[in-house]
This record gives sequence, C-alpha cells and structure tokens, in this order.
Amino acid sequence: MNLRPDPTFHATPQLAMQAPVENFAFTVMLSPDGSQSDGIAVVDVNPKSDTYGQIVHQVIVPYQGDEFHHFGWNACSSSLSPLTGHAFLERRYLIVPGIRSSRIYIIDVKEPLEAKIHKIIEPEEIFAKTGYSRPHTIHCGPEGIYVSTLGGGGEDGTDGPPGIFIMDCQTFEIVGQYEMDRGPQDKHYDFWWNLPQDYMVSSEWGLPPQFENGIVAEDLLSNKYGHSIHFWDLRARKNVQTIDLGENHQMALEIRPAHDPVKSYGFCGVVVDTTNLQGSIFTWWRGDDGTWQAKKTITIDPRPEDAENLPELLKGFGAVPPLVTDIDLSLDDKYLYVACWGLGEMHQYDVTDPMNPVLAGKVELGGIARGTKHPNGKPFAYGPQMVEISRDGKRVYWTNSLYSTWDDQFYPDDEGGQMVMANVGENGGLALAEDFYIDFPKGLRAHQIRLEGGDCSTDSFCYPNV
Amino acid sequence: MDPTTLAALWGAVILSGLYHGLNPGMGWPLAVSAALFERSARAMPRALTALAGGHLLAMAAMLLPFSLMVALVRWEIEIRIGAGLLVIALGVFLLIYRRHPRFLARVKPTRLGLWSFLAAVAHGAGLMLVPIYLGICATLETDAGHAAAGALMAQNFTLALLVALAHTAAMTLAGGALAVGMYFWLGLKFLSKTWFNLDIVWALSLVLVGVIAVAEAL
Repeated sequence: MNLRPDPTFHATPQLAMQAPVENFAFTVMLSPDGSQSDGIAVVDVNPKSDTYGQIVHQVIVPYQGDEFHHFGWNACSSSLSPLTGHAFLERRYLIVPGIRSSRIYIIDVKEPLEAKIHKIIEPEEIFAKTGYSRPHTIHCGPEGIYVSTLGGGGEDGTDGPPGIFIMDCQTFEIVGQYEMDRGPQDKHYDFWWNLPQDYMVSSEWGLPPQFENGIVAEDLLSNKYGHSIHFWDLRARKNVQTIDLGENHQMALEIRPAHDPVKSYGFCGVVVDTTNLQGSIFTWWRGDDGTWQAKKTITIDPRPEDAENLPELLKGFGAVPPLVTDIDLSLDDKYLYVACWGLGEMHQYDVTDPMNPVLAGKVELGGIARGTKHPNGKPFAYGPQMVEISRDGKRVYWTNSLYSTWDDQFYPDDEGGQMVMANVGENGGLALAEDFYIDFPKGLRAHQIRLEGGDCSTDSFCYPNV
Repeated sequence: MDPTTLAALWGAVILSGLYHGLNPGMGWPLAVSAALFERSARAMPRALTALAGGHLLAMAAMLLPFSLMVALVRWEIEIRIGAGLLVIALGVFLLIYRRHPRFLARVKPTRLGLWSFLAAVAHGAGLMLVPIYLGICATLETDAGHAAAGALMAQNFTLALLVALAHTAAMTLAGGALAVGMYFWLGLKFLSKTWFNLDIVWALSLVLVGVIAVAEAL
C-alpha cells in the first residue's frame, strides 16, 4: 500500500498520454514444446540507454510446460475511482497465467532489473475454487483482479463452460467465479469494459480441444469456433445481450473499447471469415435505445498464392488468409492497429470515425509464403502478432508467435521469437525502427508485451478526457 | 459540563464533517466525473446531493437508535462507555484488517446515494459521531434532569438530527469546494497529486474519539 496513489495511475487517458514514457517492456517467453521453462523477458526500451533493445533481465519460472500467453497488472488507473475503494495499490505485480498448465505466477517487477517471482498459484487451487481452467486475459477492476479462462472443468476443460474468476488484488487469493447469469455464453477468450458505464464485453475463441493440439480444420470449416460477443451488466455480473456476428465469422478475439469512458463503442477482431478467408474488424456500440449493435467496418482480403508455397493446412485454398489475431487501440482512440499474422502485415487504421475506419499506415514483415525481412536484413519468423502501443501513441511494439501448436501448422518451416518496434508518423503512417530488433533466446518464442507504467491494453480510466 | 466542552463537542461534529468531506475516498471526485460525463457543471450539485443524502442517512441511522436509548437516563454512563468502547473496537479492527469491503465495489456507479450510505457505514463514519453526540446529550441533561422521559426523548431525537445535519453540511461543503475547484481550475491531475492514504489516521482517530468518550464518561 502506498501513501499516495501510484504515479502511473492517471485519471484520464489524456493524462496517461502526457506521462513519462516507458523505459522497460515485459515480454512473454514461451517454450513451444515445454522442454524449457517459460519466463518473462525484461527489455530495455530507453533509446538513451547502452542496452537499448536488449533483454536485460529474465524471470525464468521453476516449472515447464506452462505455456505463457497473455498477462496483466495487479492494479491500474481504475484505482482512482473512489468506487473501487483501493486507491493506494501499487502497480507492482504482473499476473502471468500458463494457459496449458493453468498455473498462475505473480511476478514482482518493482525493480525491473531484479524482477522475481512473488507467489505461485497451483492449478489445483484454481480448479477447486473456480471450476475453470486455462487462465488467460487479466484486467484489474472494481472487485479486484479479473481473470478470463478458456476452459471449464475436467481433463480437457469441457466440463462446464469457461468464464471469468476474481482474485483479491492485495493477497492474490482466488475469490471465485464472476458470473451470476452467463446467458448463452459457452466459450471464452477476451474481455474488457467501461467501468463508469458499468458494462463489460467478452469474446469467444474455442474450447480447449479446438486449440490445444492445433487448429481443428473440420471444426473451422463447419463454423464451430466462437462467433459471438457478449455484453454484460458488469457489477450485476449478468449477461444482458449476446450478438452473433454470423457463424462464418470464426474466432472473435480481442475486445478493445474506446479508452475515453464517455464513449460507448469499441472494436472486436475476427480471425477469419470461412466464406471468403477475409479477416475483419467489427465496431460495436450502444444504440439510442440502450441495446448493443455491431457492424463489420474493416475487411482485409486474402492474398492468392500457389498451393506449392502454402502449408498443408492452406493448400486447398490457394490463398493466404490475413488471420487477424490481435488488435490494439491507441489511448487517444485514434489509431487501431491490426495484426495480420497470416499475410505478414501490421495495419494502422484511423478510427476517428469508428464506423468508417481508414487505412493510414502499413508495415510488411514475415508472412506465409512471403517472409518479408526486417529493414535491418534479419528474418522475422511467422508474422506480426501481439501488438502493444506506447501510452503516448508514438511507438508500436510487436512479437511474432500466435500459439505454439498453431505456429507449427501455419509456419511449419519457421522457428524463433522476435520483438520489433515501429515509429508512428506525425500524421499517421508506420515505419519499423532499424535499431530495435530482439531475437529471443534459442528455443523460446515471444508473445504478449506489457510496458512499464501501463500501456494501451491494460488501464481502464474512470474520468472522461477534458 | 461547561460551555467550552459543549463548543468543543460541536466543533468535533463540524471538524469530522470537514475531514470526511475532504477525503476523496468519501466521494467528491465522483461529482467531478459526473459533470464531465454530462458535459455540464449542473451535474455536480446533483451528484453532491446524492452523496450528501447517503451520508446523512448513515449518520442518522447510527445516531437515532442512541437518541432513543439515552432516554434511559439511569444508564447514561454505561451507554456512553459502551459507545466509546465500540468506536475503539472498530478503530482497532480497521488497524488490523486493512482491507476495503469488496461489496462496496458491487454498487452501481449510478447509485451514488446508496454507495455513500454504505461507505459511511462500512468505515464507521457514523459510529464516530455517536460518542460526540452522547457527550452533547449529557450537557443538556443537567438542565432537563427532571423532565418527563417523552420530552427528553424528543429533545435527544432532534439533537441527533441536528448533529447529523451539521456534520453532513460540513462534509458536503468541503467536498463540494474541492470538486468545484478541480472541475473549473485545478484539473484532474490534482486528484492523484493530493490524495493521501488516511486509512491508519482514520482508524487512529476512531480510537482517539473512543478513548476521550470513555474518559469523559468516567
């Protein structure tokens, strides 16, 4: 507990943008076959430092086979609302779940160069207290730390639906299931919210048998992955509306609400449309009658390709699907970044008008049957995937691995973990920084990135911009 | 009791109100947030009224039962000591159990009055006033020592309402001033710059009020 609010808590997104820039990034390192322990890489992102663009510290966990994926902070700017009642938490711990093991590590990063494990929560405790498995997205909110899960109970995680559970934000004790009325929700992936407006939105990937051993082509072609987004009365813990985006819109993943809490809209990325292989972005918003609406506002076309250049999985299609696997929205709600992991492209859309996004910038890197090299001449395995934006919106960082078994199906010849950074132009546009390229230790891949002091997919703000 | 004691007790009612009002944890930033959401300063008095209403209710809910009890003049000393000990116990509990009650986070952001009521009850803001109030009652009873029980009860009841009102008015004035200041001049950065963790100070002040109350009663 601090005597004053943590200096990295900001009342509005605007104030967060004006705050000092990040000096460190924390990036997931994962062993795709569980032969090594996973860890968190501490990356120096201060251009004035001698070790700029290098991994300066690693927290390696004692177990193997956790498969790190997403992670988050124990506390964020949402603490500044008197309603949450915990204004004096420190932004100090990273909550890092293993999606394969269901184990959760609490990592103390108060001193980034001496980051260490603070606590380990064993899978059995999570199973027993929540009935869920395979923890994933982390957000800090009014009742503590909220953790989404991808699996229910039982060996293969299909005994009951997956959902969200709550952890105490001071002791990291697991409190229990979040949902009181989940309605038709039976799959899970991401979630985020607008705290003052008291709503939450959640999305769907698929159940554990549909992803753990690789993508199941039959399930995809018969539209059995998730294709709905759910709207919740956050504090009543009740699903109030489910929007089916259409069963051909397979895998509705990242949920990105506008950061300014006065706005009632946001975005959701859909990996693939099974009718035409397009990737797409839906804009969702609250209509005048109070009900939720969603509309497809961005489509990205597949690229035709000779079957001989394609992995087994795609040979029959004669094309490279864009595979929209991650999206992220800048704190000024102006630019939406869209990772096209199949094409090997990072797109930047101007979403000032959320109903009419305009492509403002694009970077090509990696990609199926293309393998575009980094401007520094080095290779980039797979394609642009987990993306994170600096608070001031001027730097965009990303890594390359989607998920161990899926990497191997879509990119059977690639291996490696890379993290890169692109600078954002004064009026949009995106250019890779030649001097920022991190090759991860051999045998480890890279996934989500978190920035010191918060970034564009962690903090929830409770006061509108002025 | 002498007039100085009476003045000191009323001073304590007002001061504790100012103290509650200035603490962002008791809600004034929510009035600023409301005004920003509605893009109109007019939302501020509305939110402040809701916060004040909840707080007033919490004070009244704590004081009124005691106002009925003190009619039992025979037990005056015992009741005052009991109330003092209760406040000390809550202070000690808050010192040991340094956690915010989670159920408060389940109140909808639109229900500011309810939130304010529950927050004041949960943190013992109402309870803190009880020994002060009983002290004021004690000063009056010397004049009304032989009055009928019914008249005494009515007098104490009115006094309880007055104490709750005075305290809430002071709280609203202090919080309102900060809210207006932040909205018009100071900006939202002011919030994180000036918010202090008063948890320990608060718990200790409960203990202090309790100790004084017990000492005075003896």
